[in-house]
Amino acid sequence: MSNTHAVSADKPEFYLTEEHHPESSTMLGFWIYLMSDCLMFAVLFVTYAVLGRNYAAGPAPADLFDLKLVAINTAMLLFSSITYGFAMLRMEKNDRSGTLLWLFVTGIFGAIFLALELYEFNHLIHEGAGPDRSAFLSIFFTLVGTHGLHVTFGTIWLITLMVQVAKFGLVEANRRRLMCLSMFWHFLDVIWIGVFSIVYLLGVLG
Amino acid sequence: MSSHPEAPAHESAHNTHHAHSHGHEAAHGSFKSYMTGFILSVILTAIPFWLVMNNVIDSKAATASIIMILGAVQVVVHMIYFLHMNAKSEGGWTMLALIFTIIIVVIAMAGSLWVMHHLNANMMPMSPEMMKNMP
Repeated sequence: MSNTHAVSADKPEFYLTEEHHPESSTMLGFWIYLMSDCLMFAVLFVTYAVLGRNYAAGPAPADLFDLKLVAINTAMLLFSSITYGFAMLRMEKNDRSGTLLWLFVTGIFGAIFLALELYEFNHLIHEGAGPDRSAFLSIFFTLVGTHGLHVTFGTIWLITLMVQVAKFGLVEANRRRLMCLSMFWHFLDVIWIGVFSIVYLLGVLG
Repeated sequence: MSSHPEAPAHESAHNTHHAHSHGHEAAHGSFKSYMTGFILSVILTAIPFWLVMNNVIDSKAATASIIMILGAVQVVVHMIYFLHMNAKSEGGWTMLALIFTIIIVVIAMAGSLWVMHHLNANMMPMSPEMMKNMP
């Protein structure tokens, strides 16, 4: 008897914390998708780290990048993150029009970000610093372009969900979708931290 | 017999767990937590931009280290305040997936940089004549 008591007292209790099983595993599945997306960006970042100094006698980051534009871009993405957060808070209060309003504001910030990035790419290509100029520019366009593509699809998704919410309201399915997009949108902001730190700031620093 | 003594322990753990946390609450933030995250992010973004745009520190290595450290801190701030990461959500599986990803990313990054650095360092130097005769 004393023996079994000692065993049960020493037993690790980790299985006890598995009390709450969420009704749906969508959030976990989406998180694992984001983690695999993170791996893809990690590969692009490391390629940039390897190739980023191979200018092929062409322009270097300090000649090309306008940090004021990058700072505005960063601010746009950060604002869109907080406004998406406000949309989620309105959703929890079951405020349909408030959710739609903040989603709209988020979409506007996302669109400004994309417009500025396209302006920058267009400007670089017209200066003769297109992706075919050097290894550095190839990986720059690939890395920043992949992030921009994610923001593009995020914006399309956002517009789709605005239509859904306007049509069907904040039903359970729409809440789930909004929470997935919330993770996606904040995740893109996390990736952008890496982009502006490693590509732009360290690049201009030389 | 052996399973009997642990039944009450199981019960009490169940009750306390219910009492102080509803797993669902953790998935969302509050206005305050979003604003905390936002203000921290603004500060952590502004400092590196200010350092680079105004050439505040002479040493490039020091500036680069500060940029990388502040970037890493900002990633953690976003994870906590915007993505609402904690060790409990989804029974700890999100944290497990995150740790797995970080391990893979560190191996891939450190390994690639290490190998490619040595590859560059061990390349034969190229003379101008060789450069001219390149295909």
